[in-house]
Amino acid sequence: MALIKCENVSFSYENTSVIKNLNFEVNQGDYLCIVGENGSGKSTLIKGILGLKSAADGKITRGDGLKKNETGYLPQQTPAQKDFPASVYEVVLSGRLNSRGLKPFYSKTDKQSAIDNIKRLNIEHLAKRSYRDLSGGQQQRVLLARALCASKKILLLDEPVTGLDPIVTDDMYQLIEELNKKENITIIMVSHDIKSSVKYASHILHLNGDKTFFGTTDDYIKSPVGKYFFAEDIQHV
Amino acid sequence: MFDTIITMFSYEFFRRAVIGGSLIALCAALLGVSLVLKRYSMIGDGLSHVGFGALAIAAAVNAAAPLEIAIPIVIAAAFFLLRISENSKIKGDSAIAIISTASLAVGITVATMTTGMNTDINSYLFGSIIAMSQKDIIICIILSIIVIIMYIFFYNKIFAVTFDESFAKATGTKANIYNMIIAFLTALTVTVGMKMMGSLLISSLIIFPAITSMRICKRFKTVVICSAVIAVLCSVSGLILSYLYNSPTGASIVITNVCLLIIFSIVGNISDKINAHKFSK
Repeated sequence: MALIKCENVSFSYENTSVIKNLNFEVNQGDYLCIVGENGSGKSTLIKGILGLKSAADGKITRGDGLKKNETGYLPQQTPAQKDFPASVYEVVLSGRLNSRGLKPFYSKTDKQSAIDNIKRLNIEHLAKRSYRDLSGGQQQRVLLARALCASKKILLLDEPVTGLDPIVTDDMYQLIEELNKKENITIIMVSHDIKSSVKYASHILHLNGDKTFFGTTDDYIKSPVGKYFFAEDIQHV
Repeated sequence: MFDTIITMFSYEFFRRAVIGGSLIALCAALLGVSLVLKRYSMIGDGLSHVGFGALAIAAAVNAAAPLEIAIPIVIAAAFFLLRISENSKIKGDSAIAIISTASLAVGITVATMTTGMNTDINSYLFGSIIAMSQKDIIICIILSIIVIIMYIFFYNKIFAVTFDESFAKATGTKANIYNMIIAFLTALTVTVGMKMMGSLLISSLIIFPAITSMRICKRFKTVVICSAVIAVLCSVSGLILSYLYNSPTGASIVITNVCLLIIFSIVGNISDKINAHKFSK
């Protein structure tokens, strides 16, 4: 059974519908990239998958015992966060909050999980540093560690490489690929970068009004919409 | 020197001011850390003006218990301001400015038409060291117990919601409830503290300690603890200054806060430079 399944889903934003009759499904271990122009509804769809916005029509179902609060999420950074006085450990630990329910304090297991995920992303040397003193790439790693604290099954990444330089961007993509391949974590990523999406993802969802595409990456390259956008992208490079 | 301090504390009104002032400052500082980091500092300022308007109207309607009437009005205003700030369509800052100046204008008009600009109104605007009654002290103590218990109990959730609301919501934390708790407690603190600090200066208690401790502290927990200590320290020393030089209470407390902010900024800058130097080597 699919981890997340969208059936005939429509979303509207300020009374204009942005997504119409969308169908796709994500299975355990998939690496799905959601691409599309600005305003094509990528952020709206992410909110829908997270359950922060309800669909105007159709339904989004979760399978394989995936609970609502079991989604690791890497949101886009807000300006307020960039100078936030918090240690890396504090930020990562806050990813465990969803498993606490009404209990007010973190347990030993929570703290151990935070330490494990800090080690997993090779940011041990930063654990005591302040979040605001880190570089953009380091901050993204910290937020990724936090997302892993929230879920071992699925990660939702909203444009995780925005504002990073090319070398750090490559690092980030490799890290995400590792999590997907070695640890079988399902990845759903929103991206502007069609070239890297095609390089790393197993499935592509291209939101493009009526000409929306969903399928494997190989099919995408051969499809008319993929050919058009991908070829154009290559020419630019 | 020692004698002066003993005389100072022998006065009932001064002991009350110190207890009430420290507790109010402590609550305001705890809530302030979240408000400042969430870019909601202006809510505190808006609330104090709404509080003034509400108190003036309350005093005109029922002089015996103005606080009981003002508190629900300010709480309602707090929820309203929070909604405005969350709604990106309306520009939050100008909406808050409109509401706060409007309530100030209504408050002053009502006050002058009914009782005249008497000492009561004056102390609500600028604060007064002798304003705290026995009843006010009891209210202060109850309020601070509520704030401290809720803050400790919800500390981890407040951190998560302050740092990243969208992540908190996505992983199933009901962020709106915690925002409302913070707004509710802020409304209570502002209304109760207004008598001593004055409505024009009460928001400084929310903003200064957080900003000051952020100059130096690098972890959220130390920022919170440091803000609480700074708040109490500044309000006690401000009260002593106010007593010794007969200066207005609210203003004296704000001035001690300003001095501490300057000191912390200088120390923070120097230590940043030293750290940067270390890393460049």
